[in-house]
Amino acid sequence: MSSMGAAADERVKETSNLRKALIRPELGAIVGTVAVFAFFIVFAGDSGMFNAQGVLNWSTVSAQFVIIAVGACMLMIAGEFDLSVGSMIGFAGMSIAIISVTLGWPVWVAILLTFVLCIAIGALNGLIVVRTGLPSFIVTLAFLFILRGFTIFFPQLIERRTIIGGVSERAAGDWLAPVFGGKVGGFFFDWLASMDMIAVFERGTRAGEPIVNGIPMLIIWALGLMIVAHVVLTRTQFGNWIFAAGGDAQAARYVGVPVNRVKIQMFMFTAFCACVFATCQVMEFGSAGADRGLLKEFEAIIAVVIGGALLTGGYGSVIGAALGALIFGVVQQGLFFAGVESSLFRVFLGVILLFAVILNTYIRRIITGER
Amino acid sequence: MSSFVHEPIVEMRNIEKHFGPVIALNGVSFDIRPGECHCLLGDNGAGKSTFIKTMAGVHKPTRGEILFEGRPMSFDSPRDAMEAGIATVYQDLAMIPLMSVTRNFWMGREPVKRVGPIRFMDFRTANDVTMEEMRKMGINLRSPDQAVGTLSGGERQTVAIARAVYFGAKVLILDEPTSALGVRQTANVLSTIDKVRKAGIGVVFITHNVRHALAVGDRFTVLNRGKTLGTAQRGQITPEELQELMAGGQEMVALEGSLGGTV
Repeated sequence: MSSMGAAADERVKETSNLRKALIRPELGAIVGTVAVFAFFIVFAGDSGMFNAQGVLNWSTVSAQFVIIAVGACMLMIAGEFDLSVGSMIGFAGMSIAIISVTLGWPVWVAILLTFVLCIAIGALNGLIVVRTGLPSFIVTLAFLFILRGFTIFFPQLIERRTIIGGVSERAAGDWLAPVFGGKVGGFFFDWLASMDMIAVFERGTRAGEPIVNGIPMLIIWALGLMIVAHVVLTRTQFGNWIFAAGGDAQAARYVGVPVNRVKIQMFMFTAFCACVFATCQVMEFGSAGADRGLLKEFEAIIAVVIGGALLTGGYGSVIGAALGALIFGVVQQGLFFAGVESSLFRVFLGVILLFAVILNTYIRRIITGER
Repeated sequence: MSSFVHEPIVEMRNIEKHFGPVIALNGVSFDIRPGECHCLLGDNGAGKSTFIKTMAGVHKPTRGEILFEGRPMSFDSPRDAMEAGIATVYQDLAMIPLMSVTRNFWMGREPVKRVGPIRFMDFRTANDVTMEEMRKMGINLRSPDQAVGTLSGGERQTVAIARAVYFGAKVLILDEPTSALGVRQTANVLSTIDKVRKAGIGVVFITHNVRHALAVGDRFTVLNRGKTLGTAQRGQITPEELQELMAGGQEMVALEGSLGGTV
C-alpha cells in the first residue's frame, strides 16, 4: 500500500468546486427555469409580464402547481404515486361547498372537516397500497374514478347541479377562510403605490388604490410547504426514512425503518396538499365545481420529474419540484402574455420535459454511480 | 486460541425447519464464539440461507434449540436478533445505492438533535463517525455525501460490515459476501473479516468457495441437504476434503477428473 494509504486511488480525478456546485439533482430544473425566463424576457419583456400585476399572475399559477408538486415529490421519493390528486382537489372543494352552503355550517367547520376527510382518504390509499402490495399506480387510479364520481354525484343529488356557488358570502367574517383566501402585505403595496413604483387604479370605486394589493395566501402556502418539506427531507431523521423507504423498502425494513408508516404518512401529506390547493381555489372563486382539478395529478408528477426526482423512488428534490412547478406556471401564463396560441403550451412543455429529464438522468448517473 | 477459551455467543442445537412438506433443515448444530470466524459451507440448496435466516430471527425453527449467551432464546423478528447483537449483512440487501454513505450507515438509527418536536439528523456527528469507521476498515471515502452506488461491491460490503460493528454486533453473519466480487475486492473483504474477528466479534461466514473459507476461517461446518456433516478445526482438513464434503461425494470426483483439477 502506498504511503498515502487507501486514499490515493489514482483513478479518481479531483473534482473542481464548479463541478461540485453544478452536479446536483436540481440542475435540470435550474437550467430549465433560466431558459424559460430568458425566453419570455426576450419575447414578452414589454408585454406587462414582468410588472407587479404580471408577476403576481404567473406566481399565483405557479404557486398552485408548487403546492401539489411538493406533495407528489415527497410521495414519489418514498416510492409511491398518487393519481387521485386531481380528483381529490375536486372532491375537497365540493365537500367544503356542500358543508358550508348546503348544510349551512360555518366555513371553518367545513374546512376542518374536509381536511380530516381528505387526509383519511389519503391514509386509506396508503393503507391499501402497503397491505395488498399492489402498485400505488393502480390503487390511486381507482380512487381517481371513485372520488371524481362522488364529486359529480353528490351535488347533483343534493342541489341538482354540478357547481355550487355562494361560498364567498358564507366565508365573510369567518376566522379560518382568510388563511386560504386572504392576502398579506397590503400595506407594503400601498407604500409601493405611494412611491409611484407600481400601478394604481385610475378610475372607478377603487381609484388610487394599487392594482396589486397584497400577496395571496396561496403563494404563502406554496413557499411554506416547500420550505418545510425541503427541511424535513434533507435535515431530519424522518427525511432519511423517506429516502430509505423509496430507495429499497426491504433493505430499510431490515434496519428497522418503519417503511409502511412512512409511506402511509406520505399519502396523507399528498392528500393534505391537494386539500390546501382546493381550499385556496374555493375561497378565491367562491364556488366549487365538479370538474375542478382535472389532470392535476399528471401536472404535479411532471413538475416533480422535471425537478429531478426518480420515478421509481428514493431520489429527488423538493426545490427541484418547486422549480418544475414554476416552469409550468411561467410557460402557461407567459405564452398568453407573448400572444402565442395557448395550444403551444403543450408543445413547449413536452420539449422542456424531455430535455430536463435527459439532463437529470445524466446528472443522476454521475451522482449515484448508476450504469 | 480464543475459540477454545470462550463460551459460544450463539449455540444452535439440532435445528429443524419445515416449510409445509419440505424439510429445509433436518438437524443442524452450529455455534459461534467471540473472536472466531466460523465458516458455513454448502452447495446451492444445502439450506445455508434458511439456516442463517433462522439465526437472524427471520424464520422460527420448527424444532431445536437456540441458546444466546447460554440462555434459551427465541427471536420474533430480525429486529429482536439485531438488538441482541446478531447482525446480518445480506449480499444484495445491504445498502441503498441512491443514498449517501452516511445516510446508509445510519439508516434506522440516525443520530438526532431535537429542536422542539422535530428530530433533526445530526449530520456533523454522522459524517465524522462514518468517515472514521470506514477509515478503520481501510477505506478512505472521498466524501461522506458520496452515494453508495459509486462504491465498488467490496466497499459496499465493507460499509455494511462497519455499520454492524459500530452498532455493537456480537455476532456478524455474512451471507456470501465474496460471491459477486473480483479477486482484489475479495481480498479486501477477507481482510475486513480478519479485522472484525480481532475486535472480538464472532463472524459467521457463509460461502461456497473453499478457498475463501480457508483463507480466514478458524472452524468449518459443512451443510449438505439440510444436515450438518460435521465441524472441522483449521489445519485439520484439506481443501479437497472440504470440497468433497460440500459436493457430497463421488460424482464430483469423476467430474473433477474430467476437468483436470479442483473446481
